[in-house]
Amino acid sequence: MGAKTVKKKFSCEIDCANCAAKVEEAIAKLDGVHSVRVNFMMQKFTLEADDERFDEVLRAAIAAGKRIEPDFSVEI
Amino acid sequence: MSSKLRRQLWIICAAAGLFLTLLALDRTGAAAAVFGRNWLCLAVYLVPYLLCGAPVLRKAALGVKNRQPFDECLLMTLATVGAFAIGEYAEAVAVMVFYQVGEWFQDYAVGRSRRSISELMDIVPEYAHVERPGGAVETVEPDKVAVGDILVIRPGERIPLDGTVLSGESLVNTAALTGESVPRAVSPGAQVVSGCVNGEGLLRIRADKVFEDSTVSRILELVETAAEKKSKTEKFITRFARYYTPAVVCAAAALALVPPLFIGAWGVWIYRACAFLVISCPCALVISVPLAFFGGVGAAGRMGVLVKGSNYLELLARLDTVVSDKTGTLTCGSFRVSEVLPAADISETELLEKAALAESLSTHPIARSIREALGETEIDTARVQDVENISGRGLIAQVDGHRILVGSAALLRESGIELSEIKSGAATVCHVAQDGRFLGSILIRDQVKEDAAQALAEMKNGGVRRIIMLTGDRAAAGEAVARELGVDEVYTELLPQDKVAKVEELLASLSGACLAFIGDGINDAPVLTRADVGIAMGSLGSDAAIEAADVVIMDDDLRRIPQVMKIAQRTVTISRQNITFALAVKAAVLFLSALGAANMWTAVFADVGVAVLCILNAMRLLLRRNKSDDR
Repeated sequence: MGAKTVKKKFSCEIDCANCAAKVEEAIAKLDGVHSVRVNFMMQKFTLEADDERFDEVLRAAIAAGKRIEPDFSVEI
Repeated sequence: MSSKLRRQLWIICAAAGLFLTLLALDRTGAAAAVFGRNWLCLAVYLVPYLLCGAPVLRKAALGVKNRQPFDECLLMTLATVGAFAIGEYAEAVAVMVFYQVGEWFQDYAVGRSRRSISELMDIVPEYAHVERPGGAVETVEPDKVAVGDILVIRPGERIPLDGTVLSGESLVNTAALTGESVPRAVSPGAQVVSGCVNGEGLLRIRADKVFEDSTVSRILELVETAAEKKSKTEKFITRFARYYTPAVVCAAAALALVPPLFIGAWGVWIYRACAFLVISCPCALVISVPLAFFGGVGAAGRMGVLVKGSNYLELLARLDTVVSDKTGTLTCGSFRVSEVLPAADISETELLEKAALAESLSTHPIARSIREALGETEIDTARVQDVENISGRGLIAQVDGHRILVGSAALLRESGIELSEIKSGAATVCHVAQDGRFLGSILIRDQVKEDAAQALAEMKNGGVRRIIMLTGDRAAAGEAVARELGVDEVYTELLPQDKVAKVEELLASLSGACLAFIGDGINDAPVLTRADVGIAMGSLGSDAAIEAADVVIMDDDLRRIPQVMKIAQRTVTISRQNITFALAVKAAVLFLSALGAANMWTAVFADVGVAVLCILNAMRLLLRRNKSDDR
């Protein structure tokens, strides 16, 4: 606990407000994710996760999102 | 139009073309002749159906797999599969094609709105020129600049980070941030804000903040997250959709199964249930309400007003009481000489000059205002000697060998000088005497902002019932300003904590009606947070205000408040119109379809048509660009 976290913002593609909520819900449950936002109106994906394994968590998050909503994609 | 949207448009057009051809063949009887047997006819109709409906079917299947099945896709899938099952092929395809037309239009509309917001927020600097110790200039991304780095800003370039001007003079255009079209003059020592565009001069600035903390980043963050603070209406719609869809599916199932058990005619009832499913699709509401609020926040942003969430827009639309701070909000917060009253044998200029000379070394705001009133004339400080400050009363100085007193009545009386009483009202009075003789008085006051009275009157027109002013100033000064502006109530001589207490008292007495507090954001952060809506004025670059306030007026213009109230009211009206219209049409058609008076064609037009109309209605907010830019 107490590990340093970083917050990064990405452009993403998401089809509807409802899908965004579902994807957000799914990603929030993942291990290592501190906070997550999928903003449908602005098409922005914000992830806050542990610093040292950010990339790994990010990949897991995108995969989880795609499972729920195949049209979800993130520009890295 | 993005390439994805264009591709979808082609697919929909192809499917629609194919479908219409088939329909024509079917109606003229040619289809039966060509394809003859029923299953072949079905196969042919399946081509356009699958062509444009595949994503819908896939999403419905995925929803079932993820155990969150109740959404629009499921409604459409059930309705069309049901229609195929009872042999109504043409209807099934029509529903899918038109549903997709509606969806496409939604995507297009959201894309348009999104783009017009990003255009509005086109304030992000793309690069920064950093001057390295050797003098070499390097171009880097703004987020690579450290605090203390020296930046070179060439004419016409956007200022990448908040900073202080080291050298150079220029006019900077703050329009993108504040909507204010008059450029601001900057010279060494001035603070500049990121996102502004440099005018003709070359500036060297020192970065005071990293990119992430700079004004541009904060504003973008605010606008982007504004959509996440949901208004009550939006929350209602989301909740509504959550219970609505399952309820509709159950109702349709009942409609398809229960009546035929008693009176038979399975086909008829299944058909009616399918029509029922099509009409009840909630997309018109689910998309148009957030779109209206998104548009409202965007339209406010275009005027230089940051609204930090849709919920505040809803509150702004029904403001009941406005509480305002005085100094810096309703008044300019700077002192100016309002009247010069010389004694019988001396001119105004002479009186001002004597006072200005005596005060020439003082930095007190009153001294500054007297010097400013004198105008251009250079003050020769060599003529002034032995300045003695008498705290809270004034000062005594030797000017050209004469003993000059400038200060309160008490100061002059102590020196045995007789003077005439003056009715000062809102002003602070400064008396002047030379060698024991009274020379006259200078009245100094804080200027009321030019547009303040007009702005307050417009707020009243906009539905505000009561306007209250709070001030720490003397009773006489506060009441004079209140009278001038037409404020309903005024409370004077309040300490900051008294202001919080007063606002809490008012909030308690309002029992639910909405209260806004307007402050300059510098020392009234606690009050801004207490009020239902905290409005901070002219606080571009002030972190505390942006943090504490719910609405930030970026230029100093009070008239933005009635303007943003109007936008808020329009947003709320539009979302109400959409809700009422969509629910009314749907209820009517639902009723007709259950009775069998509306067929599937009516149903699909009711659904898609309503959605398109609602979206167009919501987009009015963003499209009325020129109107809201009027000033």
